[in-house]
Amino acid sequence: MSASGAVRSYYGQPVIKEPVWTPEIPVYLFTGGLGGASAGLAELARLRGNEELARRAWVVALAGVAASPALLVSDLGMPSRFLNMLRMFKVTSPMSVGSWILSASGLATSVATANAMTGHLPRAARFACPAAALLGLPLSTYTAALLSNTAIPVWHESRRLLPFVFAGGAAASAGGTALAVTPDRHAKPARRLAVGGAVAQLAALQLMERSLGEIGEPLKLGPAGMLGKLAKGLTAAGAVTAVAGRGGARAASVAGGVLVTAGALAERWAVFRAGFQSAGDPKYVVGPQRERIERGEARGGSRQVGRRRAVQDPPAARAT
Amino acid sequence: MSPAETLSWPGTYGDEAKARMGFFTDTSICIGCKACEVACKEWNAIPDSPKGFSGKSYDNTLDLGADTWRHVAFVEQRVPADAGGGASLVEAAERGGLAEREGLATYQEGDGVRWLMSSDVCKHCTEAACLEVCPTGALFRTEFGTVVVQEDVCNGCGYCVPACPFGVLDQREGDGRVWKCTLCYDRLKDGKEPACAQACPTSSIQFGEVEELRERAERRLEKLRLAGQDEARLYLADPDDGIGGAGAFFLLLDEPEVYGLPPDPVDTRRDLGSIWAAAGAAALALGAGIAAAALGGRS
Repeated sequence: MSASGAVRSYYGQPVIKEPVWTPEIPVYLFTGGLGGASAGLAELARLRGNEELARRAWVVALAGVAASPALLVSDLGMPSRFLNMLRMFKVTSPMSVGSWILSASGLATSVATANAMTGHLPRAARFACPAAALLGLPLSTYTAALLSNTAIPVWHESRRLLPFVFAGGAAASAGGTALAVTPDRHAKPARRLAVGGAVAQLAALQLMERSLGEIGEPLKLGPAGMLGKLAKGLTAAGAVTAVAGRGGARAASVAGGVLVTAGALAERWAVFRAGFQSAGDPKYVVGPQRERIERGEARGGSRQVGRRRAVQDPPAARAT
Repeated sequence: MSPAETLSWPGTYGDEAKARMGFFTDTSICIGCKACEVACKEWNAIPDSPKGFSGKSYDNTLDLGADTWRHVAFVEQRVPADAGGGASLVEAAERGGLAEREGLATYQEGDGVRWLMSSDVCKHCTEAACLEVCPTGALFRTEFGTVVVQEDVCNGCGYCVPACPFGVLDQREGDGRVWKCTLCYDRLKDGKEPACAQACPTSSIQFGEVEELRERAERRLEKLRLAGQDEARLYLADPDDGIGGAGAFFLLLDEPEVYGLPPDPVDTRRDLGSIWAAAGAAALALGAGIAAAALGGRS
């Protein structure tokens, strides 16, 4: 913001609209990552011969990618028109790209999981298993592109690091959930993924908050700030607990897995809420734009800038 | 590309492309009558949108949205006694004479208060983020170069709402789809001008071919500057700006944010390359992380 911390505005009215997205969306940001990363874990565990872990991770993957479309359809203003999502394929719309990724991933994961549980689809699974694993990767991170490709300052300006926060969260939740449901003897890869993902998520988040500067303020204030603190606490506590469970303390492994998974959900929710707060206050929208103009780095707006007259705005027109 | 050309207009229309149409809203002669708001609601059969008494000057509409496609802003500013560079009575009279000779109408100004009134509308951007992010193709570029939502295709995903750098689009309650100004697409097809422009009693809202309107706006700006209105500026009339210039642009008498407009709007698509690159890199990093966890160490 400007040095005085105040920008001019129209009675403090927002300049851009808050999203109309409902709470299904942050849950989807989580389930997509959980399902996507779990498919990768399942496939690699299978290749390594760890069938116990693989089977469980496939079920988690299916749960994730099956819940996702239900959440997305429920969020639509006209749910009966959900198929319109597949009317076209548009690279300029991460939501379009994501709809196709989720559809393909859902199909592949269903086949892979069915085969893992029954063994009845070995031929289809030969293709479906690696496909599900590979599609799970973009499924976990495209959601960050979706949020960033908007006019909302805190989302748009975090475009370079938000996908890494989401990737870390996806890894943490996939590892954590698998750790919680898999016997210790077979859960080593899940534990490594849970702890590694948790550390990566916290590190990426730290970097992101630092690079955002004042634009990142909504991540620290209000509901988003509280969710963010909760997410960090859950993730850090979960990682420590998961490490402590290494020696065979089952309760610690379960608790650690659940905590990092909850942390990943809370983090998605925090980022989601921060977007609303960023859009709702004109200072986050006007401030950085005005600074760009004053630095001579304007990308748009009114080039033919008129002289500023010495007028006095009414108190209500100043956002703080 | 000529300055006013968009990604899909006129290219995809071939021989059926019409001249690009738009609005030049000259706020220096807006009198705040809200005839545009009423005409728009009537013609487009937009549901009422009562928001009560806002207490914000004469503005109880407050913003553009699903049920408000024209919005008249009322700005009240205190003008110091020496406004206009310490104008004496003689100088003020001279300026009045100049205004008369040049045939200029100006906004009201007296009692130390000045009014800024401005009728806001969808900008029909040359680079329209709403259209680019729409996953269903409900938002499209018409043969007139305008941006319109097809109500029979929109499924209410809501992606265009936060993508618009001006906060124009919104979801209609009880309906679920998004709605916005169509620049009266139906009237344009019949060779008529949009309802708001026809209803505007002062020609503050001018409708026409974008190229011609831009020239008209430049001439008006020059006239105002000659008359001493050197805080006048054009907003979104420049094809080099962050949205490639707008089909609906403005002449303002103060900074855009004073009217609730973003001073340096940018189409998010301009950063799409770095957005996808980061998402791709993070996906690869996730793959590497899963591989390290699953294949590294003892299983």
